[in-house]
Amino acid sequence: MALPIWLFILASVIKSAIVLGVLLTAVAYTVWLERKVVGHMQNRWGPTRVGPFGLLQPAADGLKFLFKEDLTPPHVYKPLFIAAPLIAVIFALTSISVIPFGNSVMIAGYSIPLQITDVNTGLLLILGVTSIGVYGVALAGWSSNNKYSLLGGLRASAQMVSYEIALGLSLVGVLIMSGSFSLRDIVQAQQGHFWGFIPRWNIFHGQFIGFFCYLMAAYAETNRIPFDLPEAETELVAGYHTEYSAMKFAMFFMAEYANMITVACLATLLFFGGWNGPLFGPPLLQALLPVFWFGAKIFAFLFLYIWVRGTLPRFRYDQLMAFGWKFLLPLALVNLIATAIAVAW
Amino acid sequence: MVPLSYYLVLSGFLFACGVAGFLIKRNIITIFMSIELMLNGVNLSFVAFAAHWHVLAGQVFVFFVMVVAAAEAAVGLAIIIAVFRTRETLNVDQVNLLKL
Amino acid sequence: MSVHLILFLAFGAICVAGAVNLLAQTHPINSALSLIAVMAALAGEYLLLGAEFVAAVQVIVYAGAIMVLFVFTIMLLNAGVEERTKGSRVAVLFGIPGMLLGSILVGWVVLRHSGTEAVAAGALPGDPKVIGQLLFHEFLLPFEITSVLILIAIMGAVVLASKPPTAPARKVD
Repeated sequence: MALPIWLFILASVIKSAIVLGVLLTAVAYTVWLERKVVGHMQNRWGPTRVGPFGLLQPAADGLKFLFKEDLTPPHVYKPLFIAAPLIAVIFALTSISVIPFGNSVMIAGYSIPLQITDVNTGLLLILGVTSIGVYGVALAGWSSNNKYSLLGGLRASAQMVSYEIALGLSLVGVLIMSGSFSLRDIVQAQQGHFWGFIPRWNIFHGQFIGFFCYLMAAYAETNRIPFDLPEAETELVAGYHTEYSAMKFAMFFMAEYANMITVACLATLLFFGGWNGPLFGPPLLQALLPVFWFGAKIFAFLFLYIWVRGTLPRFRYDQLMAFGWKFLLPLALVNLIATAIAVAW
Repeated sequence: MVPLSYYLVLSGFLFACGVAGFLIKRNIITIFMSIELMLNGVNLSFVAFAAHWHVLAGQVFVFFVMVVAAAEAAVGLAIIIAVFRTRETLNVDQVNLLKL
Repeated sequence: MSVHLILFLAFGAICVAGAVNLLAQTHPINSALSLIAVMAALAGEYLLLGAEFVAAVQVIVYAGAIMVLFVFTIMLLNAGVEERTKGSRVAVLFGIPGMLLGSILVGWVVLRHSGTEAVAAGALPGDPKVIGQLLFHEFLLPFEITSVLILIAIMGAVVLASKPPTAPARKVD
């Protein structure tokens, strides 16, 4: 049955609240996961004191950020200084609104899709929000009135703009194979199996190079190791967030981890079949299992992000830009042409 | 239902603001931004007419206008940087060596 | 007062406010941010007219790339508050009332003579598939020419903005 308008609005509000709550908790616990995993890789414990296994560490960090002195240096350009972290956080949290978490569930006779909104051009919307997110970084670097911030902000935004191209092109291979920009359609095109046991995920269906390009471009977009020169402490003090303290710095932090989670969601949806996974058990379990498979795949991607962070050194800035323009962009183009030829035949 | 003329009035107003900015402002980058504002006003009227007459070519033309605006912005800003290197100023009234 | 009209007026108000703010501000970075607000509101207007692909391209290309270029240039050249010269004072004195008069005249003529043909919300759905087919069939030649144009613009921008080659330093014997 189609939803009446008031029920649609109510369902959207409830879904937004749930997704926002889950996302913010996930951001906090991704920080915990990173500290634990990197700690264990470096043969130490990571946070252990606050709560069992240090699980209350994010709460302690949140309280610390709330109580720290929020210092605004005197010579900054105040409107943009305050607005830049807000821009970063708002656009990092917006792209989660088109990400589908599972099939539709039947509640009280109505079929409610597990997605806040299903637009026809969902993938383009995520690319657009990523493009606007560059402003948070650039304006933060400029408004801080500090040479390290300006250089870090310019470098970071130039890096993000350069890798957006490789990111977009690596996704076009998936689009050619699915024929639609809507994320739900792309996942549904990956249902079923080859030869009985290999799932029809796009990565097994010929998009391995596309996945590699997407992963590299996404690591550079989110400014993570090995591409995090613009915010490395030994390089530029702290890059574009040098002059930020307390809550504003926490907002940049949240924006970075929210971007990581969005990237992990997109990689799952586009290359790894989204919520498709083995279904078994009673109908209630079958309705919830897709969400579980989705969460498990996202967890695997976040673990990969953190694993790479603990292992690799970082690229120098000119190596980083050369990699993006001279290697990744031609590779994504080759992937696009090969996919187009393969589909046309 | 919004009449077509409302879209045209909005588009015309944006274009007029662009022309005014082009004539009033003295900073070369702001003049450039007024040109972009004019192009955006024109884009809106293209899309409005495309919707009115159900011809998709209007939307395709907007795509081309955006591409040309991107190319023009890139080259124009490069010229501005080159001029800034020699004249050390962004004020158009001071780039007047060729004046009699 | 349908929802369509309310949304049109809301986005239109942001466009008008952004355009006027672009004229009113003295520092170019504020003008750039107002222009970004205008472009985002125009993307909303395009969505009201059903042009989803054009709206997405407006956000990705115009507001997300071209304006980033403008903001970079303003930051790099450290453009300060602009100064008022005699020419600009004259232009403001005659130009702003003239522009207002002209727009009111044109708007009055358009509104009076246009009848009531209305454009429905989402009148012409411009989804990417249809636009893509148009681009690669009827508009193939302009498409290829604009791609050559972008290549020329890239080469031109790189050459124009690069530093002039300095003479090699002479070694002191």
